[in-house]
Amino acid sequence: MKFAIQVNEGPYQHQASDSAYHFTKAALEKGHECFRVFFYHDGVLNSTRLTTPPQDDRNVVNNWMELAEKYDLDLVVCVAAAQRRGIVDEGEAQRNGKDATNLAPRFRISGLGQLVEAAIQCDKLVVFGD
Amino acid sequence: MSDLHTVNKSPFERPSLDTCLRLSKPGSSILLYEDGVYAAVAGTAASDKVSGALADKKVYVLEPDFKARGLKADRLIEGVEMVDYAGFVDLVDACDKVQAWV
Repeated sequence: MKFAIQVNEGPYQHQASDSAYHFTKAALEKGHECFRVFFYHDGVLNSTRLTTPPQDDRNVVNNWMELAEKYDLDLVVCVAAAQRRGIVDEGEAQRNGKDATNLAPRFRISGLGQLVEAAIQCDKLVVFGD
Repeated sequence: MSDLHTVNKSPFERPSLDTCLRLSKPGSSILLYEDGVYAAVAGTAASDKVSGALADKKVYVLEPDFKARGLKADRLIEGVEMVDYAGFVDLVDACDKVQAWV
């Protein structure tokens, strides 16, 4: 089965990102395919490489990165939501005149069309949010 | 095949469960997770709603979220089934589509 995942919340306001992570991990471990994970609204806050949670706390950004590394996941961050919340990659920094970038490795910034495509291409879209 | 409805809000906080129970068709499955697990506890003001739904729907609760809130299996409403994340994946796999009542 081919899944697509939508994450609408950041790591520290709500459990949604943890739930999405554990679901995605369980699905991949069962041999299912994950077409894409789309981070929308505050969900884009899962993609900043500048977070430094305490060492005894789970690191949600790293969790997603490691899962993406292991299973070659496509982690897509909504561009409009990212711009509003200060999530920046090289391209966005140049386009908007910013002096820094913070997008974590394995994530990429793209448009809402990627969510629509994921919904069309996958068998099931599972939404996690508040 | 039927639909899977996911509810992640406590029935004491938001009306997601009520909306889900009102709009889901007989034969549907409902998964309670995150704060939604409070709806699976027996002897609360919300218990009768879930017990009633069990007449024509299946109700599941996500075990890690249930336990994370200090709840034990003996407090579960009779007929509600516990699943882990792998079971959550199986429910999604088996259904027609997933409706998240976020």
